[in-house]
Amino acid sequence: MAESHGSASKFLVGIFDDDDVVLKAVKEVKDAGVRIHEVYSPFPIHGLDVALGHPRTRIGIAAFLFGLTGTLTALTLTMYTEKLDWPMVVGGKDSYSFPVYIPIIFELTVLFCALGMVGTFIVSNGLGPTVKPLMFDLRTTDNKFAMAIDLGKNKLDETKIEQILKASGAAEVNVKQF
Amino acid sequence: MSHITSPVRTPLVTGGKTYADVTEDVSRQVEGRPTREWTIAFTISVIVLIYGAACVFWTWWEGLGVWGLNKTVGWAWDITNFVWWVGIGHAGTLISAILLLFRQKWRTAVNRAAEAMTIFAVICAASFILMHMGRPWLALWALPLPNTFGSLWVNFKSPLVWDVFAISTYFTVSLVFWYIGLVPDLATIRDRAKSKVSRYIYGAFSLGWNGSAKTWARYEYISLILAGLSTPLVLSVHTIVSFDFATSVIPGWHTTIFPPYFVAGAIFSGFAMVQNLMLIIRVVFKLEDYITFEHIESMNKVITLTGSIVGVAYLTEFFIAWYSGVEFESYAFINRATGPYWWAYWAMMTCNVISPQLFWSRAIRRSVVWTFVLSVVVNIGMWFERFVIIVTSLHRDYLPSSWAMFHPTLFDISDYIFSFGLFFTLFLLFSKFLPVVNMAEVKTVIKSSSETLPKSVSGVAKGERVTKPAFNKDAE
Repeated sequence: MAESHGSASKFLVGIFDDDDVVLKAVKEVKDAGVRIHEVYSPFPIHGLDVALGHPRTRIGIAAFLFGLTGTLTALTLTMYTEKLDWPMVVGGKDSYSFPVYIPIIFELTVLFCALGMVGTFIVSNGLGPTVKPLMFDLRTTDNKFAMAIDLGKNKLDETKIEQILKASGAAEVNVKQF
Repeated sequence: MSHITSPVRTPLVTGGKTYADVTEDVSRQVEGRPTREWTIAFTISVIVLIYGAACVFWTWWEGLGVWGLNKTVGWAWDITNFVWWVGIGHAGTLISAILLLFRQKWRTAVNRAAEAMTIFAVICAASFILMHMGRPWLALWALPLPNTFGSLWVNFKSPLVWDVFAISTYFTVSLVFWYIGLVPDLATIRDRAKSKVSRYIYGAFSLGWNGSAKTWARYEYISLILAGLSTPLVLSVHTIVSFDFATSVIPGWHTTIFPPYFVAGAIFSGFAMVQNLMLIIRVVFKLEDYITFEHIESMNKVITLTGSIVGVAYLTEFFIAWYSGVEFESYAFINRATGPYWWAYWAMMTCNVISPQLFWSRAIRRSVVWTFVLSVVVNIGMWFERFVIIVTSLHRDYLPSSWAMFHPTLFDISDYIFSFGLFFTLFLLFSKFLPVVNMAEVKTVIKSSSETLPKSVSGVAKGERVTKPAFNKDAE
């Protein structure tokens, strides 16, 4: 789900210039006892979700189930139309002749799987055409990396966290309120 | 992402670009006013499209009799053009899916435009399906819909119905794959937008993307699965197109070699079209640092490989025609090479088998002019290949009294021209309003594959790389 945020959460946003630095910083900041809300980057950084302790995405399970739905739809469709509703012998084959339906079964499996998975991706990330993006810093879609820290969810005080961020390589630290 | 690169690898991004440079260089085209070249090209394309659309309309209004088809040759330019365009539409998904699985990083700079090309090529291909139906408003009869004719369903045993499913699935999945890849880049443009209108439009299409680690992790995951799905899909599409021919009992069509031979030919022509488009884009949009000679050379290698596979397939067809001892099969092939359509056959052989072999020379492989010319030659050759397969097999019917020739009419030609108008209009719109290079993906290869790494990109000098954290086990 999209990040839930209270009515007036106050965030400290550490801005980093480099993906390697931010990846290293995540570990340092966590070791210093700070809870990180999320990290924002202009491109995927491998291992960042693991470093942040995000659970592994289960979108693959959804994809499999959607794919299975497609397979079953294709089997039902061909079985119903060619065997039950109007059996017909074409090309000397049985009215239900499994091998000739493999292309249909394959295509519908792929179609359902792809559409279902992308739909799940959009819904689980809380994306949509009318969604207003929660941007901690506009530069994070360009060349900067932002580490957001929810002050309401941290025991350490603001100046201490700022020090930790700076020590771990943040180029600047800003305050952002939502 | 691993930031360790073997020194023997040639750089994929030249000119010491930083992350900000990537954004700037790619977004510039989207944000600025249309250039003169673009406006001229777009105007020509739209004029061609309007002329073509009028001719297509007339084809439907009058009926397919305006084409040069006759009782013997019932398929000619329509299906030739269809197969040609579907074939061209194979490169994009191949680049973005198969090369992703093979971890070919050079794909990052060309995948966006190649996928766009794929989508537009499939639209052009579909337009010939609608055209050759003659009554396009009945196109929905190709779908298994409940209907008023009793229990009349489509024939699921027919490759033509498989084609309906294969091409529509391919189109949908390619479109989705392309769009998901666009979302982060659209967010970049949204966040840079100065005018309210563009912020609104790019904002709506970027779906509220903010690049959080969680979304990126899911994005990478679904990209991988989409690539895994698209890989068999891209191979299935031309396989099924080849079944349209191979499951029939026409000499010259009824061969088991068709699926791999068609797929190789499709990739061959698709890459040639990508070359043509990318060579223009890199100059007009000043993207020479991103689409480098390394990229051009890599694509030329794919062209040489697939061209050679196609050449072997041509020879195998001949061998099997002789070896099978089937008189009709042998005749079909001798007729191809020496019959009244000998010129089409030899045009195909020269363009597809001989000319790509020039790419064994490194100088030719890395030459812009040679690449451009040979890519055009390849696509001419691939058009002739489909023409040869379709028309030369049909024009010698089972009864010599029915033997005929095919002569294209103005409408055969104009309907083909229509598809060019459609293709280039769509492609030019894409190149103006969407980022032609995948910015986010290029940024991921900057560190590992840049020629020189300026200090400013990271604040860390090259050589003193930050050590990879121990927990980063998932990294490549």
